Amino acid sequence: MAGQVFAYIVYKEGKADDTALELVKAAGKINPDASPTAIVTGSGSDLDAVCNEVTASYKEVWKFDNEALAYPNAEIIRQLLVKVLPADAVVLVAHDTFGMDLSPGLAIMLDSTFVPDVVDFEGLEGDTLKAVRQEFSGQVSTHVNCDLSNGAVINVRPGVFQADGAAGVGGQVIDKSSEIGELVLRRRYLETVEAEVGDVDITKEDVLVSVGRGIEDQDNIEIAEELAEAMGAVVSCSRPIVDAKWLEKSRQVGTSGQTVKPKVYMALGISGSFQHLGGLKGNPFIVAVNKNPKAPIFQVADVGIVEDLLEFAPVLTEKIAEGK
Amino acid sequence: MEILVCVKRVPDTAENEIEVAADGSDIERDDLVYSVNEWDNYAVEEAIQLVDKAGGSVTVVSVGDEEAEEVVRREMAMGANNGLLLSDDAFEGSDGKGTATILKAAVEKGNYDLILTGALADDGAGQVGGMLAAMLDLPFASVVNRIEVMDDKKLKIGREIEGGNQEMHEIDLPCVLSIQTGINEPRYVGIRGIRKVASVEIPVWGTSELGVAADSVGAAAARVKRLDYFVPDLGEGAEILEGSLEEVADKLIEMLKAKGGIK
Repeated sequence: MAGQVFAYIVYKEGKADDTALELVKAAGKINPDASPTAIVTGSGSDLDAVCNEVTASYKEVWKFDNEALAYPNAEIIRQLLVKVLPADAVVLVAHDTFGMDLSPGLAIMLDSTFVPDVVDFEGLEGDTLKAVRQEFSGQVSTHVNCDLSNGAVINVRPGVFQADGAAGVGGQVIDKSSEIGELVLRRRYLETVEAEVGDVDITKEDVLVSVGRGIEDQDNIEIAEELAEAMGAVVSCSRPIVDAKWLEKSRQVGTSGQTVKPKVYMALGISGSFQHLGGLKGNPFIVAVNKNPKAPIFQVADVGIVEDLLEFAPVLTEKIAEGK
Repeated sequence: MEILVCVKRVPDTAENEIEVAADGSDIERDDLVYSVNEWDNYAVEEAIQLVDKAGGSVTVVSVGDEEAEEVVRREMAMGANNGLLLSDDAFEGSDGKGTATILKAAVEKGNYDLILTGALADDGAGQVGGMLAAMLDLPFASVVNRIEVMDDKKLKIGREIEGGNQEMHEIDLPCVLSIQTGINEPRYVGIRGIRKVASVEIPVWGTSELGVAADSVGAAAARVKRLDYFVPDLGEGAEILEGSLEEVADKLIEMLKAKGGIK
């Protein structure tokens, strides 16, 4: 049987992230009898507030209070976890930019198994955990068998294990700060630079015409702009368009861009990676135009059109203009 | 500055539809177009730009079969000085830790100040850079979208975090960084560039050259084993509109009007 289950709690401004509850759900899916222990690191009143908050869903909450932990620097937190975790620990971490920073190296240092970006668990038999992952930006899924005999660090995709809400567990906070010991600072946090504000605020728009890789060329952006103008919408985009510097970063929808909540979202030539969909909230009416019928965007869209956007969008623009 | 960049040959998802093979054991690989992993290409460009400014050399390394040589050569055509292929039957079926174990052995045969990987590749795991750093006991940063050399002992780097914000750190050298797309604009590689490096010899190292125990890598050592590929059944999915472009446009306009999508 696999070892004790832990969940690393991410928080901001004294409030636990949604993933704190999602990891409880994930732990239950691995093993219904598991009672995961929360690990919360930081400093001062924010830390205390979060520890108290998560006692509603975790029976045991390990608190690590130290000034060196005030900013969540994975390089420091990894050293701490290696010291305090049992050798066969099963550690759950949200697969966000912090989890990507922390976990692969943590698994190596604990000599345990690393399982990245898990979207589902399908049962534990002995020490073998069957998990579901995705490859090729979500175009295909795979089952993987993970050996937990030496413990594991498992990164869980945010948002997939929908939590039921805090369960009123009434857990207790255990102050483990005395176990922290010396921490080596080979990477020092300086500051966070906020994303630039652009000429339009896509987070406030009701209708977005969003373009992805399928637009193929910078010159084709105007096809989307013309459609947006006809609809009374604003143009947004997915990550590759910003990487190619065809549109401003402020127009990017996704976990590494803006979180938008429009009423209608036109996804033109966007495959629909989870990083992109992670920035789309409020259950909009999604129209997907993509020439690849297997694009993941069709699984979440309300209406799909399997066509090349470069052919379809101009026809749609013209038809809308005719109708006005 | 001596820089090592780890690159991977992957199916190009911009050029291919990825489909599951009939028996579910693999994806359909027959007609796939392969290229260098997009993130890795940004890492090579960044390495070349750093060396242009600070001096030194760029070495590109790939773990893979003999076909992986073409991506090493392509990155040399971009401007990397040296190429290295790590290839051995014993490497087949390695998980992330196996791949990091192979790369660690290659790193230890050189003398590098900076090791770069892509932040992600085709399997979406994003694990090799962080594992390699831990194995080498070097500091690490993931999803890096800015690098500035402060002096020969440290770098100032930016990490791309949620919301498009940038987390700035100072990091000691030597270190391992995993590079995010968009950090630069990778240069175009033309036919002439490829021709220039066409006959350059790229050393191939296996278990014996690297001093890696065959049972520490490959399928036998893997603690994460892929069982199959499948396409999940996620309920109904989208209502697909069919007909001519005009017919589809008419249907869609009605729907958009009903939902407030046309003002």
